[in-house]
Amino acid sequence: MSQRPIQFWFRGQLVPVSQVSPQRTVLQWLREDQHACGSKEGCGEGDCGACTVVVGSRDDAAPGGVRLEAVNSCIQFLPTLDGKALFTVEDLANGDALHPLQQAMVDCHGSQCGFCTPGFVMSMWAQYDTRQATGGGVPSRDEVNDCLSGNLCRCTGYRPIVDAACAAWEAPAQKLDRAPLRAVLDTLAAMTALEYEHAGQRFFAPRSIEALAVLCETHPEARILAGSTDVGLWVTKQLRDLGDILYIGAVDELKRITVAADAIEIGAGATLTDAFAALCAEDAQWTDLARRFASVPVRNAGTLGGNVANGSPIGDSMPALIALGTRIVLQKGASIREMALEDFYLAYQKTAREPGEFVRALRVPRRREEVLFRTWKISKRADQDISAVCAAFALRLDAGVVTQARIAFGGMAATPRRAALAEAALQGQPLSETSIRAAMTALAQDYQPLDDMRATAGYRMQVAQNLLWRLWLEHAGSAVSLAEVSA
Amino acid sequence: MSQVVGQSLAHESATLHVSGAAQYIDDLPELAGTLHAAFGLSTIAHGRITKLDLAPVLRAPGVAAVLTAKDIPGLNDCGPIIHDDPILADGLVLFYGQPIFVVLAETHEAARRAARKAVIEYEALPALLDIAEAVAAESWVLPPVTMTRNDAQAALAAAPHRLQGTARHGGQEHFYLEGQIAYARPGEQDTMHVFSSTQHPTEMQHAVAHMLHWTSHQVSVECRRMGGGFGGKESQSAQIACAAALGAWKTGRPVKLRLDRDDDMTLTGKRHDFAFDWDVGFDDSGRILGLAVTMASRCGFSADLSGPVNDRALCHIDNCYYLDAVTVKSLRCRTNTVSNTAFRGFGGPQGMFAIEYIIDDIARELGLDPLDVRFRNLYDPMPMNSPLAPAGRGAGGEGGMHDDTLSPAPSPAGGRGERNTTPYGAKVEDNVAPALIDELARTSDYAARRAAIAAFNASSPVIKRGLALTPLKFGISFNATLYNQAGSVVHVYADGTVLVSHGGTEMGQGLYTKIRQVVAHELGLPASAVRLAATDTSRVPNTSATAASSGADLNGKAAQAAALKIKTRLAAFFATQHGLSADAVSFADGEVRGGSHSMSFADLAIAAYRARLQLWDSGFYSTPKIHWNKDAMQGRPFFYYAYGAACAEVAIDTLTGESKVLRVDILHDVGKSLNPALDIGQIEGGFIQGMGWLTTEELWFRPSGAQRGRNMTHAPSTYKIPAASDVPPVFNVKLFDNANVEDTIHKSKAVGEPPLMLAFAVFFALRDACSAAIGKPAPLQAPATAEAVLRAIGGLDA
Repeated sequence: MSQRPIQFWFRGQLVPVSQVSPQRTVLQWLREDQHACGSKEGCGEGDCGACTVVVGSRDDAAPGGVRLEAVNSCIQFLPTLDGKALFTVEDLANGDALHPLQQAMVDCHGSQCGFCTPGFVMSMWAQYDTRQATGGGVPSRDEVNDCLSGNLCRCTGYRPIVDAACAAWEAPAQKLDRAPLRAVLDTLAAMTALEYEHAGQRFFAPRSIEALAVLCETHPEARILAGSTDVGLWVTKQLRDLGDILYIGAVDELKRITVAADAIEIGAGATLTDAFAALCAEDAQWTDLARRFASVPVRNAGTLGGNVANGSPIGDSMPALIALGTRIVLQKGASIREMALEDFYLAYQKTAREPGEFVRALRVPRRREEVLFRTWKISKRADQDISAVCAAFALRLDAGVVTQARIAFGGMAATPRRAALAEAALQGQPLSETSIRAAMTALAQDYQPLDDMRATAGYRMQVAQNLLWRLWLEHAGSAVSLAEVSA
Repeated sequence: MSQVVGQSLAHESATLHVSGAAQYIDDLPELAGTLHAAFGLSTIAHGRITKLDLAPVLRAPGVAAVLTAKDIPGLNDCGPIIHDDPILADGLVLFYGQPIFVVLAETHEAARRAARKAVIEYEALPALLDIAEAVAAESWVLPPVTMTRNDAQAALAAAPHRLQGTARHGGQEHFYLEGQIAYARPGEQDTMHVFSSTQHPTEMQHAVAHMLHWTSHQVSVECRRMGGGFGGKESQSAQIACAAALGAWKTGRPVKLRLDRDDDMTLTGKRHDFAFDWDVGFDDSGRILGLAVTMASRCGFSADLSGPVNDRALCHIDNCYYLDAVTVKSLRCRTNTVSNTAFRGFGGPQGMFAIEYIIDDIARELGLDPLDVRFRNLYDPMPMNSPLAPAGRGAGGEGGMHDDTLSPAPSPAGGRGERNTTPYGAKVEDNVAPALIDELARTSDYAARRAAIAAFNASSPVIKRGLALTPLKFGISFNATLYNQAGSVVHVYADGTVLVSHGGTEMGQGLYTKIRQVVAHELGLPASAVRLAATDTSRVPNTSATAASSGADLNGKAAQAAALKIKTRLAAFFATQHGLSADAVSFADGEVRGGSHSMSFADLAIAAYRARLQLWDSGFYSTPKIHWNKDAMQGRPFFYYAYGAACAEVAIDTLTGESKVLRVDILHDVGKSLNPALDIGQIEGGFIQGMGWLTTEELWFRPSGAQRGRNMTHAPSTYKIPAASDVPPVFNVKLFDNANVEDTIHKSKAVGEPPLMLAFAVFFALRDACSAAIGKPAPLQAPATAEAVLRAIGGLDA
């Protein structure tokens, strides 16, 4: 195999890296190999944000052709940086002059113990520089809160940090010079695809679907890697050896999102950020789920295809995708097949994907006026949490009668699954208090949820039923949501 | 020059924080030969080890050594008070996740990987996991303690109203962002220097010395800063420091032990969860006449700090309220779970939770506004009018509100006079609670909002809103009198720059900044002329924990004393040179002036050095007036009290139990603030942390099965502290204008812990909303997760 080092832009130059394990994390490389200790390890699982760095990548749709995104360096593997630019907290100040965001953090008293601070600064910087480049202007407090959804602070209570994110705009702008960076990224893009090996472990980063298909067939045992927001934890928490890794993040075609007449086709490599942007543009019902799905850094790294392929019973995209009738497109070699997403899940963490096969895309049907679609996620915390229950309803209504009912839940069974009995209770019935009550009763037979640290079985079932009731109340025009209440 | 003290100076490390240049222990350059350690943990809650095969661990790549209890030359103990806390389990496992061995390897990852390769077998023993099981088995880490004043049973029997109730709240993980870490460097002649992320360097020094069978002067412990502490690095850092030092002693190489987050949350202690049962008697106005409470806490497998934590819970069951006839029994439950420990508030929040719940119950029983009932029970001086009176009543809360003018209550039977003595015999001499509550009730528009919320709830079937205003009074000083002392050493160098050492530790609270201000103020220097040295037991000995909110009170006074000695000496020198009286010499703006003479502080310093004057000195402080009889639970344990109050408005979704905090108003008493910005930072941060404890933060130990007793909420993916979006969208925080009546450092008050208890307003607002949903008192328990809310409104009964 043609060997070349991993190459990325770091501290103003192209850095070639070899002789490190393909499953070494960006954070380990920074702290242990580079002795660049500004980025901290708080949890090692992408949940606290102390390790947040910013990755720059080629994107023609982004300002200056460069996209800046905050990601969790503790669960990103170093080879995934190939062809990109890496920025850490040490990059922001200009000599002794702090970046306006850093100065605002000082002036607003935004740090106490300071351990989380570098991560906060980097999350804010990705937002700041992008908005500076696009003319987005001062973010609203809600936009800042969303930007910081992946950064935990245990000292300040966040208020001064949010203040700082806004106050930084009062100082003269300090912007990244994107043109030379884009030129560097173009140079990197012209290099051969990365095929990296260390101590017998290989990391393939093909650039085309065809190359990916070939590698998948020739290395059926290889671990397919997308955003590593879950697989990263297999390494940092379970200390697993992943074996050969087949990374799909360098396949541009797989990131494509196409809006056709009948469906939105989302490539398996599209990030959650991009996928949700398309879905929310199609139907605002996705908005709340998109925000609560995960933090910004996880949405930036994770992919919709990965969430679906992973097949976790608590994966939050699947209930809504299943309810809408999404089909999953699989490819093996040159042959492509597709199936209803609900048929993809066979049992707990077991899917219909065959050895050598990969998820190519998801086809989400376009919004239809006659379909009543709602999806809700229920968890202990609003942002960056795992569902106790995730619900989705898509009811086709013709003259008030439910002509097609599709109801799916996460957190209620070993896989994301449809609620056959509840659907049957609504099918062919006028949507009414009576039919909804019947569906709520039927739901109790659809699932036998579990007790765990997120919720008891009783709570899960009750809330699942109550969300059916909320669906009815909303349809009848009498429901108010918490989001609409203010002091 | 503007005065340095009282200014909102930025944290002394702020620039380092924001640029990633602040060094935490894991960021220190490693010495060549450094080994990395990891613990091997038990996988059973209680049992005897029948087989411990560590050969596979030793064979793992990069491993240098594996150590067990047998390798400890001295005491296998890291308990702060009682010696019941093994560093490494010796044959007997007492909780799931207890360290059994420590492996040393070339890298952090190699150590972690190797630690999982041990083959361990157990003979399982019965495990008690929670308070109910421990109470039933009468399993205590320490004997029960009762605090009594007057005859509670007689008062209960005679009371016009009587109510029994129960409540419980959960524990809390500290979730300091920087996990536990220690880096031990062996020195010559049997010495050891340990970098420890700890609030208590001296205790780490003692623990390491005892473990190695050494004396104190062989061990030094240093901490420049912690990435958060919150009480979790007071005693809990000892096991980590000891294990690192053991490895360094055994191998002669530097050893770093940094816990992975999951291990940290699995094996370190947390806030005690409590269960309360009470019987309360009261009059028609809601005034408490008699109270009997049993409070049981989950202490875990060892005593740790559970004695003082529970004592403080007893000493805070009164909160701001006069309890005339009261008996409180405290049960300290031994369970097969982590050993619970100090956590911001240290039992205070637990005791106060009970009385707030009781008062809330009384108000709901009588159909009164809880704020009225709170007001009627305050210590003297009693307000003559309810804070609600001037603004009018509106529609009232559940069941409306009562009469607004209170007639002065008759003194309790027996003519005991003023209602200003606590159940533990201390007189409340600085009570500002009535004035503070009154001000907050007005500025938060409590009465009008109460009416508006009632109107909203009447027409909103799914979403219910709730409101609560709760006060706090928190005793400042360590209950154990001996800890109330501090030392400092101030160096003035010959160029006029100043280096300050003291016994307090910096965990983010801004202690170093405040000390810097105090010393700069005393010497008339800008803050930039004063640098703080890392806290090190070899610079200042016999330090107390930076805990009990006392850091600035104790160390500020000690540093001031040291600076004052130097200043006095320099003033006399300057006066002699110019033929002045020393009283005529002043220090300000970096200059020393007297009569028509002046010179820069730096010039004076070099002149004094040449004249062979001592330019450095030490200072010592011990808190006056305090005394405590632990056996009688009587005395004056606290130098003074800090006060505060919060008003919170919330909304709940009665279909899912989810909730949202809509608005919070806070008024808090920090005395005369040393640094308003830092104090507001403590108030906001403490409030949000308390809110997390009472809402989303839930610890869950597997109740059954093979992994019974395992903490399944051992990472931020499963344990949810507040995020940015949980902060109330309307969040008004103000300092109450009030100089300390006691002679504290510049008349300031301690601020670390008290604000945590401001969060009761959120919990009782949630209970208010829940009660509105069902038209009767809702049995809401903490944490008020979505599930707890749904349960409290009967939504899980079906």
